[in-house]
Amino acid sequence: MKTIRRLLGYVGKYKYPAFLTIACMIGEVVFEVLIPKYMALLIDNGISLGDTAYVYRMGGVMILLTLGAMALGMLGVIFGARSSTGFAMNLQNAVFGAVEDFSFKNTDKFTTPSLITRMTNDITNVQQAFQMTIRMAMRSPAQLILATFMAIRISGRLSLVLLCVLPVLAIGLALIAKITYPRFIAMLHRYDDMNASTQENLIAIRVVKAFVRGDYETKKFKKSASDVRDAQFNAEKILILNGPLMTLTMYACILAVVGIGSTHIAVGRMTSGELISFISYISSILISLMMLSMYFMMIIMSSASAKRLGEVLEEVPDIDENRSSTVRVKDGSIDFDHVNFSYSGSDENPTLTDINLHIQSGETIGVIGGSGSGKTSLVQLIPRLYEATAGAVKVGGVNVKKYSSDELRGAIGMVLQKNVLFSGTIRENLKWGDPNATDEEIESACKVACAHDFIMSFPKGYDTDLGQGGVNVSGGQKQRLCIARALLKKPKILILDDSTSAVDTATDAAIREAFRTVCPDTTKIIIAQRLNSVMEADRIVVLDEGRINDVGTHEELLARNLIYQEVYESQMRKEVA
Amino acid sequence: MAKGFSKPKNVGKTFARLFGYLRPHIGALLVVAVLLVVNSLSGVLGTYLLKPIFNIASDMFKTGSRDFGPIFRSIFLLALVYVVGVTANYGVNRLLMKMNIQVLYEIRCEMYEHLEKLPLKYFDSRTHGEIMSRFTNDTDTLREMLSNALPNMISSSVTLLGVLVAMFLMNWKLTLLVLGILLVMTMLVGRLTGLSAKYFRARQAAIAAASGYVEEHFEGQREVKVFCHEQKVKSEFGQLAQNLKDAAAKANSYGMILMPIMGNTSYILFAVSAMSGTSLIIRGLMDIGTLAAYLQYSKQIARPINMISQQVTSVLNALAGAERIFDLMDTPVEVDEGKFRLERVGKEQWAWVRGEERIPLRGDVRFDHVTFSYDGKVDVLKDLSLYAKPGQKIAFVGSTGAGKTTITNLINRFYDVQQGSITYDGINVKDIRKDDLRRSLGMVLQDTHLFTGTVMENIRYGRLDATDEECVAAAKRSNAHFFISHLPEGYNTVLTADGANLSQGQRQLIAIARAAVADPPVLILDEATSSIDTRTEAHIEKGMDELMKGRTVFVIAHRLSTVRNANAIMVLEHGEIIERGDHRDLLDQKGRYYQLYTGMFELS
Repeated sequence: MKTIRRLLGYVGKYKYPAFLTIACMIGEVVFEVLIPKYMALLIDNGISLGDTAYVYRMGGVMILLTLGAMALGMLGVIFGARSSTGFAMNLQNAVFGAVEDFSFKNTDKFTTPSLITRMTNDITNVQQAFQMTIRMAMRSPAQLILATFMAIRISGRLSLVLLCVLPVLAIGLALIAKITYPRFIAMLHRYDDMNASTQENLIAIRVVKAFVRGDYETKKFKKSASDVRDAQFNAEKILILNGPLMTLTMYACILAVVGIGSTHIAVGRMTSGELISFISYISSILISLMMLSMYFMMIIMSSASAKRLGEVLEEVPDIDENRSSTVRVKDGSIDFDHVNFSYSGSDENPTLTDINLHIQSGETIGVIGGSGSGKTSLVQLIPRLYEATAGAVKVGGVNVKKYSSDELRGAIGMVLQKNVLFSGTIRENLKWGDPNATDEEIESACKVACAHDFIMSFPKGYDTDLGQGGVNVSGGQKQRLCIARALLKKPKILILDDSTSAVDTATDAAIREAFRTVCPDTTKIIIAQRLNSVMEADRIVVLDEGRINDVGTHEELLARNLIYQEVYESQMRKEVA
Repeated sequence: MAKGFSKPKNVGKTFARLFGYLRPHIGALLVVAVLLVVNSLSGVLGTYLLKPIFNIASDMFKTGSRDFGPIFRSIFLLALVYVVGVTANYGVNRLLMKMNIQVLYEIRCEMYEHLEKLPLKYFDSRTHGEIMSRFTNDTDTLREMLSNALPNMISSSVTLLGVLVAMFLMNWKLTLLVLGILLVMTMLVGRLTGLSAKYFRARQAAIAAASGYVEEHFEGQREVKVFCHEQKVKSEFGQLAQNLKDAAAKANSYGMILMPIMGNTSYILFAVSAMSGTSLIIRGLMDIGTLAAYLQYSKQIARPINMISQQVTSVLNALAGAERIFDLMDTPVEVDEGKFRLERVGKEQWAWVRGEERIPLRGDVRFDHVTFSYDGKVDVLKDLSLYAKPGQKIAFVGSTGAGKTTITNLINRFYDVQQGSITYDGINVKDIRKDDLRRSLGMVLQDTHLFTGTVMENIRYGRLDATDEECVAAAKRSNAHFFISHLPEGYNTVLTADGANLSQGQRQLIAIARAAVADPPVLILDEATSSIDTRTEAHIEKGMDELMKGRTVFVIAHRLSTVRNANAIMVLEHGEIIERGDHRDLLDQKGRYYQLYTGMFELS
């Protein structure tokens, strides 16, 4: 309920068309409810008076009422569409904005595919539910009340029929909803599982093919598809009782009303016109109930979506981005004071343990370590992509928590292990680093990153379209573009996380040389597999299982550090041979 | 963000094909058809039975009779009709539900089974999302059609027909008038539907744009954060959301405006019928019972038309989806005209099968003047010849796009050679059963892909009949055992989302163990160790050497240190081998390899 109220907050200025929709729908119902009344007058008085003119007059009133109802109904549709799509837009913006404010810990919790589903399917579901709400949630009760009122006015005694039948119907519908809801949820879970495994199979199709596991995968899929089928059957076999229950109620009412009503007519307690309009009201009442039950079903179904959206909107960004902070980054010094870190936030399975490291502004630091030794985790703490579990990370002598995230991250250029480029031209992608960069600045950054030459080899140069995810360039080219993009930020700290792995040694060396001359004052942290890439660093940090094993220059480490020696061995041994 | 709006190309053919899936349920289907008709007609008949009831009642009023027998008899008859109707209704729902769930299941399975047989080219030329939506959106709309739209259309048509017949029987002149009004309304509706198509297309385009943006930027969230682009991205998305809203508001308005029009049309018919009917009664040309029944009909007649017009869109949508599903099912599967069979006859022993005879496999691979192009325009490999003698290690070095991975794609026939031939122990790979061929080629790729399941299951993926001991042995050999036994649950640790809880290097180790357990005569390592640090690589080198012993190995690597001990190194450039020889030869040649090795040349 709280979630719903929260979501409704995003209706915003679209509440006006929403209210208009409700007003139109109620107006439509009022007109519609009056129609049978005039019809009863028309039939009864017309026949008994034999007055054709009266018949046409009443008929005219009925048609006018209908046209009025039609006009209001159409307006209701238009306002309803405007309001619900506006609501959906606000929701999209809110969810998108919330996700953009997430820290990675938040994102990891939800996973990216799930967030995408929430942004798309779930919002559609909620939008439809909202549209239904403003169109039906007021209209149907209004129809119910007004039609009941009119029915009672015709015959209070006949109306008692409703009193007997409706509770049965209401209980029946509620029971069905109660039983099916958990079954539907179970079904949806199975459905998600099935889709997830299909997706997994698509991603790993090369492996599946290489190991000739097509049949095995198909068998696996059939199992989950049959799970879905069974769960679906389980849920729907109850749900389909809805229709018969509704019709049965409707028929029972009509039977009782016609049976009792016709005896009333026979004894002159009621006129034919009255009974016909009474039947009309009965069907109005039942239709409104049907609508209401459909509406509740829909609300229940979409409440799962609403809940999933609520989760995103209520998720407190794990990292307070301190937007109001005015602390400036003074220089590129970095301090790790007894830092512990784990992705789960608990003390179990720490990724980094007791990291103590002080880096001066302008220093070049190499980081080496085996897979899983915590290199990437270490540098991710600097721009506060994740938060240290214990201890303090400082940039420019100030705890990173004190900066606004824009200020902190604006001062740090980071080239990640997995590089992402976006659809658009090379120039547009480079401008991510600095939206105001001039062509000259872009070019010189690309020259430093050794990217200029290959960019110019493309027919369209800097205006080459990269395609979604940057599919039109090779891995090494992508890495160099990403370096250029980071350089354009003119950062105080530059972090290269294994970001020249696909670039050749010579280019790698050229890029490092360019760094030295172009940005000597920038603190550089280079994570690499190749010792060549870090050998000339001022200091090299050896990480092992989340701890700092040693820090020193190449020569020092070579002389004393066992791990470093082994790495050196593994890479240089053969060259000597 | 909403269901697609698209047009099927061939309605008749698609329907016929869909019907093929219903054929096994033909008995149930016939029962459903009968029940649908019974259900609709019982509704029509029920209303018709109002006529005698009203007439008897008003006659009794006029004559002062107190004999309720005839009324109760009619009521009883009506009750009977209603009970039949409700029963039929339930029968229809139940049978259809069961049938549809089963049919959808079958279609899904068939689609998946087919998908697994498609050539790699199919996957390389489409996005995952595109293929996924066959399994999600398209099957969903199909289900919606089968369980709602179609039966509704059928029962609406029967009802419409029944009501019309009944109305004509009661008063054909008045009915003609009613039909005239209906026709006008229907034309109006048709016109509106035509107009709305344009807006639906616009909405589709806006949805696609917004979804694409969301996907790209959610996946690239790291860059958004690192570059502080949150605000920019938010406002760009805001614009897309605004466009979507504008398009959707129009599409929804046009799409739904039919409801009040058609809904109120029934009241117009009601009013017109009441007027005309009453004046007919005044003139003695109609009785009150007929009017009562007729009025009910006049309210009922618009509903089926409304129903049908609403369902047309979803039927068309579903058919378009079905066409895409069938399209997938019709995509030609990988052809396999291979006659020669290969099987693993024991540890590190593979053999060609010739009748009862088993000829030991040697593992000799030759490329004879191979030329290959993915798109038929640009040759990725040009006139390439090379051989790997049994047990040799052949390495490929070259830039991205030089054709290194293409070579491995050709050996295991992910793609087929266009000119020249590749032979395996002297047999053209095209003549070898694909499954056997691939099983005998162990592959470790740069991008490791693991599956949801335990570590043990992932290793066993290499060979399904491998025992736990064999899996552990393979892990030990690939140096994966140490870290696996340190995982919380050891070999029973469940990996999720492509092994996200492991580091890249650890995943790679599992992938190597997976290849090891397959025990193949030929190994292909496509940048297999590129994401493992050199120290770890040095540690597993012994295991790798062990693994490579006695096997023919193809190694693709960026890191030159990993290819040094190869028997032959091929330097590829633009699809051609420009240098070949062993490490020492190539260094002596002082060519491209030498340049690469000394860092004078860059690989991209």
